[in-house]
Amino acid sequence: MTTPPTSRLYRIFSTDGVFKAVAASVLAFLYAPIIVLVMFSFSDSRSLSWPIKGLTFDWYLKLFQNEDLLEAIGNSFYVASSSTLLTLIIGVPAALALNRYNFFGKALFRKLVLLPIALPGIITGISMLNLFKVVGFNLSLETVIIGHATALIAIIVTQVFARLERLPKSLDEASADLGASGLQTFLFVTLPNIKTSVIGAGLLAFTLSFDEIPVTFFLTGRDNTLPMYIWSTMRRGITPEINAVGTLILCLSAILIIVSVLMLRDKNK
Amino acid sequence: MKIIQRGKLAAGAVLSLPLIWTILFMFVPYAILFVYSFWQKKYPTFEAAFQFGNYFTIFTDPQYFQVLLRTGKIAAFVSFFSALLAYPFAYFLIFKVKTNGTRQLLYMAVIAPLWISYLLRAYTWKTILGTNGILNSFLIWTGITNEPTDIFLYNQFAMILTLTYVFIPFMVMPIYTSLEKIPKNLIEASADLGLNGFMTFVKVTLPLSIPGLVAGFTLTFCLSFGDFIASFLVGGPDGLMIANVISSQFGAALNWPLGSALAIIMLIIVLAIISVSDRFERLGAARL
Repeated sequence: MTTPPTSRLYRIFSTDGVFKAVAASVLAFLYAPIIVLVMFSFSDSRSLSWPIKGLTFDWYLKLFQNEDLLEAIGNSFYVASSSTLLTLIIGVPAALALNRYNFFGKALFRKLVLLPIALPGIITGISMLNLFKVVGFNLSLETVIIGHATALIAIIVTQVFARLERLPKSLDEASADLGASGLQTFLFVTLPNIKTSVIGAGLLAFTLSFDEIPVTFFLTGRDNTLPMYIWSTMRRGITPEINAVGTLILCLSAILIIVSVLMLRDKNK
Repeated sequence: MKIIQRGKLAAGAVLSLPLIWTILFMFVPYAILFVYSFWQKKYPTFEAAFQFGNYFTIFTDPQYFQVLLRTGKIAAFVSFFSALLAYPFAYFLIFKVKTNGTRQLLYMAVIAPLWISYLLRAYTWKTILGTNGILNSFLIWTGITNEPTDIFLYNQFAMILTLTYVFIPFMVMPIYTSLEKIPKNLIEASADLGLNGFMTFVKVTLPLSIPGLVAGFTLTFCLSFGDFIASFLVGGPDGLMIANVISSQFGAALNWPLGSALAIIMLIIVLAIISVSDRFERLGAARL
């Protein structure tokens, strides 16, 4: 007995095979270029072409002798940690206000705060550049920090707000009934409960700031951050040295991913 | 009375810093941008004015208008291809994967690249697609072609490929969330009523996942629309985007008023798309 072709076709589409193939190709699409990036950081030829003839660690050794690069890495750590701290100081109260209080202009405030998620970074960059020029600020790493903090508030607010929404209001009431002040309630009741989401969001903000280009491009003075340095190197051509930096950044990202996944995961789930 | 006052005081204390910050560093800069867009270029810099010349230029000079159209086209293609890949992937995770652990792991695998430097992810396509790049040398090595070709890099194809690669997680996330929300018994009910798998998908699953698709389209479209890094790395003149034109107005061309007007138009387009998609999502939420 033979199966009619239409039913065979139907069976192929109704089985999981097609979906598995699509899922596998999506993952291949996402990870093949990353594997390529890592592979060529060990290639001993200056040009990036297949096949790889020999393996070397030279590109990595060169990185540690490159002073411009090391300075850029230092700048990036300074910018990313300062802007993360700043954005947490602004973002956590903003999320708290949106969750707890009703105030005039709340809808507008929420829209404005969340705007940078969908808004192209270039708009944040040039509009703040305009501001700094009007006020007469000189561009520096500090102006970059202000720019990053502003663009990243949205990340903190969405993550922390989501956690606050799940906190029962009765906790606050109980704390108030027991005579705690607003600040005490925040420090000893609310904050411990949202701690992991604050740390997770902070790590995400740090990573995004570390990698940021559009805002940095317009707001930096003479100093380069790491992505800006890599970018200017790319202008001059592609070398395995960039792949080596990329691979190191990749390892750092992987560590951060694991830590923030552990942090953002709900313990109660 | 006292409690209300204390509440107000607390609200004020909590809100003051974020409010001052957003006014000072978001509202004021956008306002300045808006004002600048009516100023005019005057050698060597620009001067205060109130005229619509910049906007007129953008919509009449093909140099600017074409870039605007091209940017829209590229962003639309990116959203389309992202959805084409992301939807079956998310569908597979929600409805086909049996264990929760595997599902979480595969979902993380798609989201994880967001933590990896965007610049590097775009850069690796440049190394792959270039004339002396990895793809070309690979094709020659395998004997499929004899000479390197320059058709891969510096065109709109490279742009769409790279941007899809970079932004696809933003399509997977909302679709996944919307599929996850669909009650499984709705699908069982549909099967009980005699609809086959495909018809159940068309009549039940797809309509209920539209809010996720809309959110994904909004994110990928807006992000691609404002991108200026991919164009710099893999786009070439043919892949020039509106953000590149804006940045050159603030750089070499030194025409801040025109650059500001372009940025305002970009802002309006992005805001319009967000508000339309907001309405869509609310409609979708009301239906479920």
